[in-house]
Amino acid sequence: MIEVKNIVKAFGEKTVLDDISATFDRGKTNLIIGASGSGKTTLSKCIVGLHEPNSGEVDYDGRNFTQMNLNQRKEVRKEIGFLFQGSALFDSMTVEENIRFPLQMFTRKTSKEMLARVDDCLERVDMKGINKLYPSELSGGMKKRVGIARAISMSPKYLFCDEPNSGLDPITAILIDNLIDGITKDLDITTIVITHDMNSVMEIGQKIIFLHQGKLWWQGDKDEILKAENKEVVDFVYASEFMKAIKT
Amino acid sequence: MSYLYHIGRYFLLVVKVFERPEKPSVYYNLILAEIMKLGLGSLGIISIISAFMGAVITLQTASQVESAWIPEYTVGYTTRMSVVLEFAPTIIALILAGKVGSNIASELGTMRVTEQIDALEIMGINSAGYLILPKIAASLLIFPFLIIISMFLGIFAGYAVVAITEIIPLQQYVYGITYDFRPFHVMYALIKTLFFAATITSISAYHGYYAEGGALEVGASSTRAVVYSSIVILIINYIITQLLLI
Repeated sequence: MIEVKNIVKAFGEKTVLDDISATFDRGKTNLIIGASGSGKTTLSKCIVGLHEPNSGEVDYDGRNFTQMNLNQRKEVRKEIGFLFQGSALFDSMTVEENIRFPLQMFTRKTSKEMLARVDDCLERVDMKGINKLYPSELSGGMKKRVGIARAISMSPKYLFCDEPNSGLDPITAILIDNLIDGITKDLDITTIVITHDMNSVMEIGQKIIFLHQGKLWWQGDKDEILKAENKEVVDFVYASEFMKAIKT
Repeated sequence: MSYLYHIGRYFLLVVKVFERPEKPSVYYNLILAEIMKLGLGSLGIISIISAFMGAVITLQTASQVESAWIPEYTVGYTTRMSVVLEFAPTIIALILAGKVGSNIASELGTMRVTEQIDALEIMGINSAGYLILPKIAASLLIFPFLIIISMFLGIFAGYAVVAITEIIPLQQYVYGITYDFRPFHVMYALIKTLFFAATITSISAYHGYYAEGGALEVGASSTRAVVYSSIVILIINYIITQLLLI
């Protein structure tokens, strides 16, 4: 479980996150949703320590991450898998080297054991047999899957996915959503997905927090969000003609 | 104030680069790869520039030495002194600032804007150490060899020009390049080279590592890397010359 308490983050004069408190449960796919510029990515970066919050704290299963020194944070980060919006695969490495990289840096596994783990991870994301390809040879959906494979290679306790299905066709997007949800349940980990895609919300939104102008505006699950009466939430949920049709 | 901010952040980055690496054995391969890329990849351009530089210095000096009071071996002597003291270490360092510096800045800048550096940090890896330390180590190891090759090629090109054009007797040129030879001059050039190597890689890495935005900013950071590396090379060149030769 990850708990954020009273997080405030400002860049210069602009307050991007204003007193955010929320709990992200283990074994569930937790969604942070909101319009562009609402502070979703900033919140996720504050949680993993890529941004330092101005005030507030982040707890990983009761461990106060904000108060930790660099070495203690490094230990926690070994338990985190992160899927970036653009996948952030290392261009100079093959798929196999990308997935093997964290294992090589932090474990004492033999080459054979590492290769077996790489194959396991690729099989988990239905990408077996692409070990020797470079990221430039992969499609957007394949990059996301390899990104997920790299994120789970160290068997993380916490998985973060920043806009996992942005730029993907609807079928691939749903596949990626279900893949993340499946991994969350199989590994019983705490997953946080940052998205503004209502398809994802309806597909995997077990716990949802809605950010608006840097504030936590609403929280609930995918059934509750359809009945929400908050104006900003309603505007967000029913922005598309498709969702409007569902409503009527 | 902006300059002070950048200078402070540059030194903080350098400190971060030299923090204890996560797995030292991984760095061995990284350093070898950087030696191939930064050093041997520059050998072609350095060879061409050095050869033509030496040839032109020889011709220019020979064309200036018209008085009977100035011995002909001055041509060889001047070529050697110019190449060893200044042209090989400093001009080649400026060329490397352009080639290697822009390469480092654009590589790290692209990694920054595509979140690859963030990915390293989230994995718990000291991204500055992992990405920059091998580049600094590789440049410190390989640049002195490049400069020695440059010196040799510069002086040899002068020899070839004299042999082909017979602008002065060949034995006078050979006498000139050996006349009053002081090994300390080579040492001075190599000391300068080490400073230049650290300057080029660290300043370029700084500009790439802290690049923000997109492709346009990566290009701008690459340009800044070359400009600031070149300026600092010239300043260091002056200071070291003042300290070691005067």
